[in-house]
Amino acid sequence: MKAAVIVFPGSNCDRDIQVSLRKSMGDEPLMVWHGDSSFDYVDLIAIPGGFSYGDYLRAGAMAAKSPVMREIIARANKGVPVLGICNGFQILTESGMLPGALMRNAALKYVCRDINLRVEANNTAFTQGYNVGDVLRIPIAHHDGNYYADADTLSELEDYNRVAFRYTDASGNQAVDANPNGSQNDIAGILNKNRNVLGMMPHPERLADAELGGEDGKRMFDGLVAALG
Amino acid sequence: MKAHIHVTLKNGVLDPQGKAVEHALESLGFDGVDNVRQGKFIELNLTETDPDKAEAKANDMCEKLLANTVIENYSVEII
Repeated sequence: MKAAVIVFPGSNCDRDIQVSLRKSMGDEPLMVWHGDSSFDYVDLIAIPGGFSYGDYLRAGAMAAKSPVMREIIARANKGVPVLGICNGFQILTESGMLPGALMRNAALKYVCRDINLRVEANNTAFTQGYNVGDVLRIPIAHHDGNYYADADTLSELEDYNRVAFRYTDASGNQAVDANPNGSQNDIAGILNKNRNVLGMMPHPERLADAELGGEDGKRMFDGLVAALG
Repeated sequence: MKAHIHVTLKNGVLDPQGKAVEHALESLGFDGVDNVRQGKFIELNLTETDPDKAEAKANDMCEKLLANTVIENYSVEII
């Protein structure tokens, strides 16, 4: 499997994903600078967290219009899996690759802590390493993770099992207190129609090593390697 | 020409920042304040001299970058 990690000015989780992918793949992912409009064929494109372009205007708005995104959209349309984490998720919604928008957290605070997530769909390359109903512990670190979509979009996401992860308590139950940012339907991650694009606010790459306190995130990267060779 | 662009959240989209401002105004003793909505104001110069073309250009900028039309409305004033 070959993978690329996209690097924008202000990305700060690019190297965490690089390390996670390297460990699961046993190979070095390609690091692609945002100004590059072409790069080698890869089986997976990862858009990392951070504050691309300083989050100016809106989180992810500038990065969504950068040259490399045109290439990523074209490849995603051909079926190449694209994983966007945190700011990567914001970039995917801003570029129109995923529906809805990520708004300011309901409590207006930047939240950085471990949360619990329930796996809602595992029939994707990204989540096949999990079982539906698994409760994961993964860190979040964001100010704008409050998922919003209009009623029609929300029903479509729910009806077609396009919600990949939901915020829950440690027992896997949805609860107001377990939702860290006010996201509608406790949504933490969603898939596109073809299920080859996943955006999620939590950071699996930050809990992908026992030495860092947990390996729940590693199962995503191991699952990707199993799915994509 | 100059374009004045207002970007605001659509009706029905919750605005936690607007709510916080509303509460702060209340706590300062300003009563009778309701439905505070926070948005953005963007001003820019255009070399275009035809007002209709300038407006079309500014609208295009809003659609492509300045506003996120999933959650925001925009209005353009050419002066």
